[in-house]
Amino acid sequence: MMKRILAGLVGAAALAFAGGAAAQQPMKIGLILPMTGGQASTGKQIDAAVRLYMQQHGDIVAGRKIEVILKDDGTVPDNTKRLAQELIVNDHVDVIAGFGITPSALAAAPLATEAKVTEIVMAAGTSIITERSPYIARTSFTLAQSSVIIADWAAKNGIKKVATLVSDYAPGADAQNSFKERFTAAGGQVVEEIKVPLASPDFSPALQRAVDATSDAIFVFVPAGQGGGFAKQYAERGLDKAGIKLIGPGDVTDDDLLNNMGDAVIGAVTAHLYSAAHPSAANKDFVAAYKKLMNGQRPGFMAVGGYDGIHLVYEALKKTGGKSDGDALIAAMKGMSWESPRGPISIDPDTRDIIQNIYIRRVEKVGGELYNVEFATFEAVKDPIKAAKK
Amino acid sequence: MLTILFDGIAYGMLLFVLACGLAVTLGLMNFVNLAHGAFAMAGGYVAFVAVNRLGVPFLLGLPIAFLASALLGILLEQTLYVHVYGKSHLDQVLFSIGLVFMAVAAVDYTMGSSQVFIEVPDYLKGQFKFFGVGIGRYRLLVIAICGLITAALQLVLSHTRFGSRLRASVDDARVARGLGINVGAVFAATFAAGSGLAGLGGALGVEILGLDPYFPLKFMIYFLIVVTVGGTSSITGPFVASILLGIADVAGKYYVPKLGAFAIYTVMIVVLIWRPQGLFARGTAK
Amino acid sequence: MSSRLAEPEVARLVMRRARWGFFEIAFWLAALATIFLFPARHLILTEVAILGLFALSLDLILGYAGIISLGQAAFFGFGAYCAGLLAKHALVTEPVLALVIAGFASAVLGFFTSFLVLRGSDLTRIMVTLGIALVLRELANRYDGLTGGADGLQGIEIAPLFGRFRFDMFGHTGYVYCLAVLFFFFLLARRTVNSPFGLSLRAVKGNPLRASAVGISVKGRLVAIYTVAAGYAGVAGALLAQTTQFASLDMFSFERSADVLLMLILGGTGYLYGGVVGALIFKLMQDWLAGMTPQYWQFWIGLVLVSIVLVGRERIAHWLAAIRRRIPLSLARRQAA
Repeated sequence: MMKRILAGLVGAAALAFAGGAAAQQPMKIGLILPMTGGQASTGKQIDAAVRLYMQQHGDIVAGRKIEVILKDDGTVPDNTKRLAQELIVNDHVDVIAGFGITPSALAAAPLATEAKVTEIVMAAGTSIITERSPYIARTSFTLAQSSVIIADWAAKNGIKKVATLVSDYAPGADAQNSFKERFTAAGGQVVEEIKVPLASPDFSPALQRAVDATSDAIFVFVPAGQGGGFAKQYAERGLDKAGIKLIGPGDVTDDDLLNNMGDAVIGAVTAHLYSAAHPSAANKDFVAAYKKLMNGQRPGFMAVGGYDGIHLVYEALKKTGGKSDGDALIAAMKGMSWESPRGPISIDPDTRDIIQNIYIRRVEKVGGELYNVEFATFEAVKDPIKAAKK
Repeated sequence: MLTILFDGIAYGMLLFVLACGLAVTLGLMNFVNLAHGAFAMAGGYVAFVAVNRLGVPFLLGLPIAFLASALLGILLEQTLYVHVYGKSHLDQVLFSIGLVFMAVAAVDYTMGSSQVFIEVPDYLKGQFKFFGVGIGRYRLLVIAICGLITAALQLVLSHTRFGSRLRASVDDARVARGLGINVGAVFAATFAAGSGLAGLGGALGVEILGLDPYFPLKFMIYFLIVVTVGGTSSITGPFVASILLGIADVAGKYYVPKLGAFAIYTVMIVVLIWRPQGLFARGTAK
Repeated sequence: MSSRLAEPEVARLVMRRARWGFFEIAFWLAALATIFLFPARHLILTEVAILGLFALSLDLILGYAGIISLGQAAFFGFGAYCAGLLAKHALVTEPVLALVIAGFASAVLGFFTSFLVLRGSDLTRIMVTLGIALVLRELANRYDGLTGGADGLQGIEIAPLFGRFRFDMFGHTGYVYCLAVLFFFFLLARRTVNSPFGLSLRAVKGNPLRASAVGISVKGRLVAIYTVAAGYAGVAGALLAQTTQFASLDMFSFERSADVLLMLILGGTGYLYGGVVGALIFKLMQDWLAGMTPQYWQFWIGLVLVSIVLVGRERIAHWLAAIRRRIPLSLARRQAA
């Protein structure tokens, strides 16, 4: 009699355990971000955005508890690789996410392939990243998306001669090349191509070259965090007074720094995926909630990349019903679309890259603060570099 | 390219104000203070808070930055640095790098990781043309202020009693002590002044160099270059070195942007091979 | 050119110093044990081993010859890119061979730059060595067609070790490889510093003028040890490139040289183990702190460093020595001698 009760209890416990175990097993996400070093502001924004999302949506999805493990890679790619390896091997994460700069995202790609772990790129912007592993999906942007749109706009608005100034690394090369290709095809002329070193950005000599080249506008791309320094020197050189317009992808007027850049950037026209002034209800809520969490700091495009990245993971997990292996998640992510604070976005099923609206906006003073005010929209822009390869 | 020359001179003089405190500390106390950049950063952030948040006029913010950093210097000197004077250079390196890490993280925590900008008054913005050469107003101010400071320093060194006590202590501390000079007090005062100047330089430099919590780590190398190339036994040495390096850096980046800071490092190596003690040192091997 | 020691008494003392003590054997046995005891930590231990070798190279010039350098990363990065390029363009597929070539190339670079560190004070040497590292960094950036520039050297694929052991994701092969290389070069270094050459180095460090008066070629010794140390640093860099299959510009950076100097100072200079000990302490501490506070770990590390200096490294060394004296065997005799 006792034996039967015992057997029954054990059996019940086993069932409960088995069923319960499958439901209770937490899903771990390894969030590898630059929390110290040159790109620390990117890391902070993404971390805050992820935390905000989880605060708003809870941490249980499809019966599983979501656990985010945050690691600092210090903007050094070999750290990224080691941290990714440790997260996969020791912590058994199902997803690795973050990646503040292109080399970090590329360094983790072979690991994603070997371990069949989904890699969500929330910040890096070079076109080839998603080609490096079939398990990579991106929710940030590619430089080419913004650069070709601004090239189109510039050609249509009377700008004939442009000097380009970009930081000397892969995203910068992407930006410059895609801009040049589109702009010259539309009849414009690139009179000077200047590259500034990524690590020690001193813009005054480069700006001087742009002045000497007598152009109508200067096309600028610098990574998030350096836009402010650039804007200051742009103003100091008097380029705005000399009539040389400032154009480029919106990284240079990043909302994170925009309000402190001073009035010299008023009138700068950029093309980008996100503005804190985007007039949608979703965005208003997002900005308000983010400011509340971060003591009044405005979210920039890096924050929205993080917000959408964690959203993608949540939705994919719901779609797979709790299955978190790489193949299931990536299959679920392909083609997924939703309304982000930046506007409608989707994940391209062919390239796993992001398809989003690109807005043309001008820096204006609204309510005493500087904002990028959108005045034109280009819908569902795919990454042009990969699209051209087809 | 006279504008480049002008830019280089402004940059160089800014470097000088930032680094001269380090030169004197090194020459006087033989103390490798790699945390010097932290005082510059402190001055920059104090000026930022004062001008942007408290509405203090910009030109008043500069002496406030000076005082704040000087006070910080005295405080740290009396509490921490005094215990480390007698230790080996390696210990000093360890200590000062530890301080930098703490300063960087503390500022990151309190002020955030993003770059900050000071609201510069309108009369300092933009350029004006002088015989066809573009002169930046802000850079002109930098040159003016730094020039005044250099002149003042030279005056203090050569025409005041404190100056002669300082020079005596730098030459030979033991003999100076034997002559009744309170070398400890000279140290403290000099350290405070050096830190204060670094703070002033930091405040001035926000507009040109940018300010974020990683400032001390980014610019430490430049300060060390100025001090080594200029030698530590005078003011003129670091001054000339700063100007030289400022022009070399700016010109190098203009003419050969791909090589970046290559020019400044090469100049440094060449000078150090030719004159290992620095340009103006007086040949006492340490 | 062998210098035969005249006094047999001196010879016996020197040879006694060179004998393997208890702690040394225990250390290497423990290192061997980590392969089996901590399979989950192999990745970070690999980094410790590589940094230990790197710090050993610095110890050779700082602890034994008194040359203070903030530019060892020059050779580290050079070795890394050599190994990376050899693998990427499939010029040399066997990793060990590539390692040797990279080390040798770094040593040659060290030889050609050694004359720059011969003159000047401590500060001059610091800046010149730093300058060399930074110049190399700028050159690597300039020739980004070859090096990948700011994006780093991509697409490196390391062939299996000896054709059999694949460099797996878990880092097991990598760790055993790095540990074996570390041990080998450690033995080599040990032999060197306990040889007559090593003794003459110590004489040079103590008092160069006196050493030259006795007939030791100061410049020759310094050039020799600097070259050897450069080779060691190059090997360490190559190991990093091979185990992570990546090389980037920050391998030349000031931070890397400063980090390794910090580790060496932490562990102690002049007894060869300081580098590995310091690397172990620093890396494990950093990993632990970063796990607890990913954003502000630097603050706590800084606090630890400042505290160590304020308490005094000699005091800590004294405490450790007091503990060590409790262990019998040859150490006690060594103290008496």
